[in-house]
Amino acid sequence: MAQSGWTDKRPMSPHVQVWRWHTTMLGSILHRATGVANYLGLMLLVAWLFAAASGPEAYGAFERVASSIPGTVVLFGFTASILYHAMSGARHLVWDAGHGFNPKLASLLGGLIIVLALGGAAAIWIVAGLAPISLPELGG
Amino acid sequence: MSDSIRTPLGKVRGLGSAKKGVEHFIAQRASAIALLCLTPWILISLIGAIKGGYEGAVAWIGAPINAGLILVTIGAGVHHMRIGLQVVIEDYIAKTGSKLSLLILNTFISVLVFVAAAVAVLKLAIA
Repeated sequence: MAQSGWTDKRPMSPHVQVWRWHTTMLGSILHRATGVANYLGLMLLVAWLFAAASGPEAYGAFERVASSIPGTVVLFGFTASILYHAMSGARHLVWDAGHGFNPKLASLLGGLIIVLALGGAAAIWIVAGLAPISLPELGG
Repeated sequence: MSDSIRTPLGKVRGLGSAKKGVEHFIAQRASAIALLCLTPWILISLIGAIKGGYEGAVAWIGAPINAGLILVTIGAGVHHMRIGLQVVIEDYIAKTGSKLSLLILNTFISVLVFVAAAVAVLKLAIA
């Protein structure tokens, strides 16, 4: 980088590669990534609405794609992505109000939100009976 | 520079803030608060609807309260995602041409997604 044509003496913003990974950084990146994922996920929701409005055949086709293995993976990911972005977004609102900047608390909450998003998505799928593993198989 | 007859003030006019930042900041958070209220409802309600197959889905979407709330949720969602992705595009795409094209595409997609949702929901709600 020192050999490049860069002549500006002022310090450059460090790139993601030179930072040691920490929870709040991962949380920030995930907030953005899940935001973009939810953009695509909302299109799936609208596609579902459109399939329902188009009639039984279109709806059946949508159901088949959605219940296939890739479809299930995408929809489970969308559930987790929505949960993560919602919880992380709520945390951003608290930050906007000037609270919660204590590094230990911020890291703890950041990690907790990741776990809760994945666990919450799994719980929703199991309780709703959408998961390939249904409650009776778990002994429920 | 000395051969230019443009004044220093004339050279910098239009290069500063677009004065839209506060509006953007507030709109992002207002739509976030709306979505925090609406998402739990749509998530729980939607699961019931999809378990009823085609008939269940059509009945759920077509019920007036659901139809209204679905469109409010998607409206808030589309607005939130449009201004959110705008920031992502502005952050990562430096070339003016690509950046402006993607920003316009972002707006087009957002309008298209909302209109598609509105047509589908209203068809089932009014039929």
